[in-house]
Amino acid sequence: MLEIKNLTKRFGTRTIIDDLSMTVKDNEIMAIVGPSGAGKTTLLRCITGLESVNTGEFYWKGTKFDPTNTTQKDTIIGVVFQDYQLFPNLTVLGNITLAPTMVKKEPMTDVKKYARELLSRLGLEGKENLYPYQLSGGQKQRVAIVRALAMRPKILCYDEPTSALDPALRDEVAQIILDLKQQEMTQIVVTHDMDFAKNVADEIQQVKQIQ
Amino acid sequence: MIQYIQEILPALLSGTKMTLSIFFWTLICSIPLGALVGLGLIQKFKPLTWLLNFYVWIMRGTPLLLQLIFVFYGLPIIHIVFQRYDAAMFAFILNYTAYFGEIFRGGFQSVPKGQFESAKVLRLSYGQTIRKIVIPQVFKIVLPSIGNEVINLVKDSSLVYVIGLGDLLRAGNVATARDVTLLPLILVGIIYLALTAVCTIVLKLIEKRENVWR
Ligand SMILES: Nc1ncnc2c1ncn2[C@@H]1O[C@H](COP(=O)(O)OP(=O)(O)O)[C@@H](O)[C@H]1O
Ligand SMILES: [Mg+2]
Repeated sequence: MLEIKNLTKRFGTRTIIDDLSMTVKDNEIMAIVGPSGAGKTTLLRCITGLESVNTGEFYWKGTKFDPTNTTQKDTIIGVVFQDYQLFPNLTVLGNITLAPTMVKKEPMTDVKKYARELLSRLGLEGKENLYPYQLSGGQKQRVAIVRALAMRPKILCYDEPTSALDPALRDEVAQIILDLKQQEMTQIVVTHDMDFAKNVADEIQQVKQIQ
Repeated sequence: MIQYIQEILPALLSGTKMTLSIFFWTLICSIPLGALVGLGLIQKFKPLTWLLNFYVWIMRGTPLLLQLIFVFYGLPIIHIVFQRYDAAMFAFILNYTAYFGEIFRGGFQSVPKGQFESAKVLRLSYGQTIRKIVIPQVFKIVLPSIGNEVINLVKDSSLVYVIGLGDLLRAGNVATARDVTLLPLILVGIIYLALTAVCTIVLKLIEKRENVWR
């Protein structure tokens, strides 16, 4: 269970998130919805440690943690960015194995085995040695998901997972997210697409624009 | 004529050796140093970028010939004495590091911020991120500009002539003055052409290898 307590985030004097508290239960999908500019990405960036917060505390299973603490190798949060941000100079397999081998010092053979397992689970078998530019948008997204999963995070976060895909692929992403839930993955999905949120989420958190 | 060429060739080749030695050592030192300067130039710590910008400005804003003369003939006045070869290496490395630094700065700046963030959430350290993700991308971006400088360096190396080092140009010039014939200078030209041709081919091969990803 992830608990966020009294999170406030300001850019300069502008308050983007004001005293927000929320709880994400294990094996559940939490959708964070709201109009464009409401601060959804900012909230996600706070949770993933890419932005520091002005006030607020994070608890994982009741233990306080600091998302911006990059020395903690046991990752709690995994992220799939809106534009995926795969590393263009590395193959699919290279993208996936880089962090587990370099950060967690896991043996390459184990990491590769797990990577192949995840790839085939997401319908990407045979793509191991391709470079990102050789993949479609949907495939890139799935590689980004596998790359995040390879670090064995406790929670997987997505920023607007449907925004860069053509509408036909929306259901496919929803299916992936629901499949991962079956594998007991806790997930946070940021989206402005209310229909999509209703499709996948167990719980919906509204984010409103602060005047 | 063949006989004359055979006669002067050893001198020209020994000059070529000097030219190549300056060429290789300058590249081997200046490219990594340039990458470091480029990395320094994108840091937020103002005194560092200010200092590095000043250095780059001086090195790129004055002739390399002046820098060579300054190091070899100027510095002894304040009791800093270099051997000829060391003076040449010092001036060349300092000068080319500045050019490469500026090229690398542009390269580092063109790597999207999202790549750093992506690496950060995967818990890669700054060093790992630079080595595994940023440098390979920067290398590909800067390769054409580095290539231009490499070709320039082949020709710039002839400037060491002014501090009395026996490079290729000097060898040709000595022979021409002594034997009153253009042939040595033409041979010198041909050797420079061959050297730049080899560089061009090697650069093309590296570029081709880099093209496996985009
Ligand atoms: N680094 C930043 N500095 C200043 N303002 C920012 C920064 N990042 C986002 N904002 C502002 O915060 C607000 C919320 O942005 P964002 O979280 O991206 O919204 P959403 O993802 O819901 O569309 C926007 O008005 C945006 O301009
Ligand atoms: Mg957003």
